Amino acid sequence: MTALPRLETTPSACPACAVVPSAERLAALSAAASGRIMLSLPGAHCAACISTVESGLAALPGVRSARVNLTLRRVSVDAEPIVSTETLILALKRLGYEAHELDAGLLSATETDRQGRELLMRLGVAGFSMMNVMLLSVAVWSGAEDATRDMFHWISAAIAIPTVIFAGQPFFRSAWTALKARRLGMDVPISLAIILASSISLYETAKGGHHAYFDAAVMLTFFLLAGRYLDHRTRAVARSAAEELAALEVPRANTLRDGIEVVLPISEVSVGDIVLVRPGGRMPVDGIVTKGSSELDRSLLTGESLPAYAGPGTVISAGEVNLTGPLTVRVTAAGKDSSLHRMADLVAIAESAKTHYTSLADRAARLYSPGVHLLSFGAFATWMWITGGDIRFAINISAAVLIITCPCALGLAVPAVVTAASGKLFRKGLLIKHGTALERLAEVDTVVFDKTGTLTLGMPEPTNLQDIPDEALSVAVALARASSHPLAMALAAAGGEAAEVTDLQEVPGYGIEGVWQGRRVRLGRAIWTGADPLDVTATYLSLGKASYGFTFADRLRPGAEAAVAALAAQGKHVMLISGDAEGAVRDLAQRLGITGWTAGALPAEKAAAVARLSAQGHRVLMVGDGLNDTAALVAAHVSISPASALDAARVASDIVLLGQDMAPVGDATRIAAQATRRIKENFAISILYNVVAVPIALVGLATPLAAALAMSLSSITVSLNALRLK
Amino acid sequence: MTILGILIPVSLLLGGIGLAAFFWSLRNRQYEDPQGDANRILTKDWDDHPKP
Repeated sequence: MTALPRLETTPSACPACAVVPSAERLAALSAAASGRIMLSLPGAHCAACISTVESGLAALPGVRSARVNLTLRRVSVDAEPIVSTETLILALKRLGYEAHELDAGLLSATETDRQGRELLMRLGVAGFSMMNVMLLSVAVWSGAEDATRDMFHWISAAIAIPTVIFAGQPFFRSAWTALKARRLGMDVPISLAIILASSISLYETAKGGHHAYFDAAVMLTFFLLAGRYLDHRTRAVARSAAEELAALEVPRANTLRDGIEVVLPISEVSVGDIVLVRPGGRMPVDGIVTKGSSELDRSLLTGESLPAYAGPGTVISAGEVNLTGPLTVRVTAAGKDSSLHRMADLVAIAESAKTHYTSLADRAARLYSPGVHLLSFGAFATWMWITGGDIRFAINISAAVLIITCPCALGLAVPAVVTAASGKLFRKGLLIKHGTALERLAEVDTVVFDKTGTLTLGMPEPTNLQDIPDEALSVAVALARASSHPLAMALAAAGGEAAEVTDLQEVPGYGIEGVWQGRRVRLGRAIWTGADPLDVTATYLSLGKASYGFTFADRLRPGAEAAVAALAAQGKHVMLISGDAEGAVRDLAQRLGITGWTAGALPAEKAAAVARLSAQGHRVLMVGDGLNDTAALVAAHVSISPASALDAARVASDIVLLGQDMAPVGDATRIAAQATRRIKENFAISILYNVVAVPIALVGLATPLAAALAMSLSSITVSLNALRLK
Repeated sequence: MTILGILIPVSLLLGGIGLAAFFWSLRNRQYEDPQGDANRILTKDWDDHPKP
């Protein structure tokens, strides 16, 4: 790579270099370089966006250059160290673009990138020589003879042999690994066919023979590389999107060091540090509250939608959201050691219990590889016996058998379908992270949903406003407007007119109080307002003597009803397992028409429930978002999590739902079933071609022309069949 | 048939030029941002004078 040495000297050493387009391109890629800020720019979509963003950012003091990548919807900014990310995000907001910081360290696109370029280069070489060798072969097929034929064969050899050596390397390498592990993968017969076809053709050419299979060897390499490249691209797209999700979360903690508050990345926070968490902030670490009182939203960890009280001595875990008052926390575990590690054991148990899934392609290869080798060797032995020891003829036949049966179409059959299906699902907002996820999704017969954050958004909506007297409601709204507590905000948004309440004061951890018509009024927890607690999510208003309870239900995620209905219509058994209180779970289950529901499930119970279903022979699709779902996600046959899920849950799941809408889940199972059917059809087509062509090869009638025809026809048919996906 | 002696090298050469161009485009990362490049050609920012 000539580009690499330049890369190191690009950014800061010479500012003038940044102007050179190629240097700028390189710089745009070296994301991890210092002084380089990566921002995600989901709103960028047009030519005007590029110039607006680039010139707008370049006009800021301290910014050396900015480059938009429209394909990835990112902008990379080269700036002096004094320029902070917040300034850039604010500047972009003024320009009308939403921007998010990306953790450049997590975007390791370069490695997959390099592999992709390498594959593409091999594909280009194979394509070039396929065209040329094919032109020469056409002349031979149409009857070139003697010296002309020999010359054409020699030229073909000069093109084909280096090509096979260069372009075939991915197959040779993986075949070698398979052989070392004493396995017969798909790549062993592929490599054998390519090598045997090339060497036999070389030998025939040297002897002035009639048949040379250079075109077959090169075509095989080309088609199989095309399959390999498709496969790589599908994975690379999914990986980079998943990386982007992870990189969007830049965890930081406001830490007290020597009495001064400093913002530190989570990796630099250590046990015993004092961390400040503002209302609305997510707990960056595990710890114990030392000062302040507040309420905590634990829904991501436990599934409870009801906030819990926190005061000095309360143990908090990373991922909980601080709702009302500022908290000072002494760190007991940070970073990788925090609450995630408690889940790690559960996940490990679930993983060991999971049956290893063998993909359709592997199952096909397992049947197919020994068959091909036996057939080819059988042909060799039989013809040795018939011809009385004519090795040259017998080897010719066995090479022809290997070439014809070579899994050209098989190598394309799966990647083509998976690429088509993943592309289709990606446009619907589903990201397929795992190679076999589609096939597993197609087998699902039971769907288990989590409640909070999955079927619901974790955003409460008041449900009994019509039962509350107008006067009380207006007081509640006035009190609620003063708070940032989610229940209060929902009430303020839904309530309407506000009464005149003075001396508003928020009591962290309890609620808000104020003075209305000379009376002290309170909105908050049941104990504090003197009301009788209800068994659903609620907040309480006390007007001196009378008190009212406002009940809340979680807002449904858009498309949740459609998804549940679609899954039920496909004959799948839908279940709801939540860690939340019984009342809330029952209400939701009734609203969505789910009959099987469980409330108050602990993380381990969720995983156990999924494992039990699996043991009964069900194929379970788990849809969940919280840390409490992680073990269940791993235990399930296949799993989906929304993009808003905790990082751990997203990593554990096979498919990520990118948008807010839940409806694509119903489509996903349908498309997955269709894709699996196409894969099987493609296998059938390949087998059909072999059934027709192999006898011809066995009796020794297979000419290079027949091999070329069979191979290209079957490859084209399977690709077209893959594109039929709707 | 002597024409073959000219035509075959010529066709190989032309193909080779194409291959070399493909290599060049790969090494120069021409496929990093296809959408951006397609749009960038439409901007009028540097129509009157080249980018400084």
